[in-house]
Amino acid sequence: MGLLSEEQEMLRDAAKGWARQNSPVAAFRAMRDSDVAIAYDADSWKAIADMGWAGVIVPEKYGGSDFGYLSLGLVLEELGRTLTASPLAASAMGTASALVLGGTESQKALWLPRIAEGSAIGTLAIDEGTHHAPERVAAKATKSDTGYVLNGAKVFVLEGLAAHLLIVSARTAGEPGDQDGITLFAVPADAPGIGRERLALIDHRGAARITFSDVEVGAESVIGTENSGWSLLDKILDRARAGLSAEMLGAALEAFEITVEYLKVRVQFGQPIGSFQALQHRAAGMFTDLELARSTVEAALRAIDEGSPDVAELVSLAKIKVGDTFYRVSNEMIQMHGGIGMTDEHDAGFYLKRARTCEAAFGNRSYHRERFATIRGF
Amino acid sequence: MSQAKSTLTAIEEVGFRDEVREWLAANFPPSLTGDGEAQRRILKDSELITGDLLLWRERMGGKGWAVPTWPAEYGGGGLSAAQARVLNEEMTAAGAFNPIDGPGVMMFGPTLLEYGTEDQKQEHLRGIASGKVRWCQGFSEPGAGSDLASLSTRADEHGDHFLVNGSKIWTSRGAQADMMFCLVRTDFSRKHDGISFVVFEMHQPGVKIRPIRLISGISPFCEVFFTDVKVPKANLIGPLNGGWTVAKRLLQHERSNMVMGGGTKGDAGIPLAKLAKKYVGEDQAGRIADSHLRMRIVDNEVDERAVQLTVRRIAEEAKGGSGPSTASSILKNVGMKVLQDKAELALEIMGYQGLGWEGEHFSDDELSTVREWLAGKAFSIFGGSHEVQNNIIAKRILGLPDPSQGR
Repeated sequence: MGLLSEEQEMLRDAAKGWARQNSPVAAFRAMRDSDVAIAYDADSWKAIADMGWAGVIVPEKYGGSDFGYLSLGLVLEELGRTLTASPLAASAMGTASALVLGGTESQKALWLPRIAEGSAIGTLAIDEGTHHAPERVAAKATKSDTGYVLNGAKVFVLEGLAAHLLIVSARTAGEPGDQDGITLFAVPADAPGIGRERLALIDHRGAARITFSDVEVGAESVIGTENSGWSLLDKILDRARAGLSAEMLGAALEAFEITVEYLKVRVQFGQPIGSFQALQHRAAGMFTDLELARSTVEAALRAIDEGSPDVAELVSLAKIKVGDTFYRVSNEMIQMHGGIGMTDEHDAGFYLKRARTCEAAFGNRSYHRERFATIRGF
Repeated sequence: MSQAKSTLTAIEEVGFRDEVREWLAANFPPSLTGDGEAQRRILKDSELITGDLLLWRERMGGKGWAVPTWPAEYGGGGLSAAQARVLNEEMTAAGAFNPIDGPGVMMFGPTLLEYGTEDQKQEHLRGIASGKVRWCQGFSEPGAGSDLASLSTRADEHGDHFLVNGSKIWTSRGAQADMMFCLVRTDFSRKHDGISFVVFEMHQPGVKIRPIRLISGISPFCEVFFTDVKVPKANLIGPLNGGWTVAKRLLQHERSNMVMGGGTKGDAGIPLAKLAKKYVGEDQAGRIADSHLRMRIVDNEVDERAVQLTVRRIAEEAKGGSGPSTASSILKNVGMKVLQDKAELALEIMGYQGLGWEGEHFSDDELSTVREWLAGKAFSIFGGSHEVQNNIIAKRILGLPDPSQGR
């Protein structure tokens, strides 16, 4: 952990304590077994919101604490450790960022206080194909007398069933693949013409496919400016990516620590398997990756807080590094646990499955390597 | 309270910065500004240290600023860590460099400050601080590499002195050294607890030096042979058979210097991406034409940035006073890996031009890239091999059980 303020340390400790006490992996397991449609526990979410964590990046004027991205990242990391299912990343990080960065005064006044207190949940509805490709928008927004009419479909919308507010990218000009001609809209999720279907994913979180059939939205629902939503969208996505990276770091750390503990207690050939150098060196390699990943995640979050010009580069760096690390650690968690790691009764499978959905969300490692090279000019 | 203190420190820093600037302006020979060749001469033969370089060494040695944080009574600068940082920043800004380097400054001096007797400190530290006496390290042996504690060079007691017999290997710049600090076995019945730490002169009967030619064509290391070398008992550092503790401390100094100096300075040469555009070319969109190569350059840059960010994070954590960071244990391996990967990529990028050994068909840059690639293969071997570093992480950080009773 880099140098934190006293308040940040208190926030992190509070999140750590709450997650261990009130939201262990067993709580996630219970949620999964209950098969609740929104894919998180409403009481837990209320507790999270009551502690103010949904308003960490929201300005005080709209009911938040304006405490910054690194601070919210610390909470996401601790909740990520225990695989806590909640809309915190989608709503308090992604959607709140969209409103703070690009929202009009009335959009902010309408939504931010409710997001900060947790009574409204927002999410980003961006992707349409098999991979993250935010410029490949085919969903159309056609001008009408009163505003726009939306048609199209979005996939892999996190917390899509629970959301009250959708931040939707749609094309007002150009062709899929063009960065120009994209416009962002704030759309109430209960607007007529919106259809939502649950996507039952491996990680049992609340992803949805959302369809728009002649959905009418007012002109005042545009976030940013018509046709030039790309640069705003890129900034919003970078905040969502940084938040997700923090959650992935937490989950990877926990998966690693569980595995190291197992190496100390599992006895074969008359000794703990952790005494075998083949396993020790793989563990040392994972520890190394985790330390590097932490540096990149913290740097990305700090860069956002400081308004640094290299946010995009650092965010891609973090998503690559933490993506590589979580991939490796989640695989090794299964391998080093052996047979028990293959059972549903054990938690290893949860970490593996969560690793892969986090990896795909907001750009996988290949996406961000390509982006990193482009930013660096080669 | 702490704010008042830090404000005071800040004011003192400003005053000190002015003092440093004035002194550098008056004393650093302008002819040496940015002279990399002169910097490289520091560690070579004494005869090569002449003219302005010699003048600069004498001035820095006299001021004690080559070893800024050592006590002034032993020839050091007597500066605080914060002042030393200011000195370093101002030297960089002025294009100056530290003209006194090597194992004496980096490893033996700090260790002697901790473990030496008053007489030993008085005898040795000034020579190191002034750069006049040069030291080499006698640790590794042909039969004791990663398992250093299995060393067998022996020191037998003969009245007021020891007689040393055996040999050492991988002694950096042994041919240029005046003194050696050396691990010897004084008890064959115990492993770690039978080792003593001694120092002695290199220029004496019974010490024979043979340079070792490396795959890179150069000979920065020597093999050193001892036949009945007389070492006064007063030259024992730390207790008899207590040398391993002293050695471990010295190795810590070695590793921390390696990471800060070697692994994290950033681009020594041309950035790989630029090199690739020159040798491999670009596609119509301005991307490196070889897409697989392009992604591997990304990986190297990603790792390099991650290491740099980790170094910065460790420095910040140190400021917070929460003790040494566990992250520092990873730096040697990852820092060296980044450099080795970079060298491999550079070679691949240059293609046929990256395979030249010597001659006019290759540019100086091409030839030096090849030699550096070869020399860099040592990075994951010396100063605790990659595998030894992983053992340390596994045991000391992760608390995994010890597979043997070794170190």
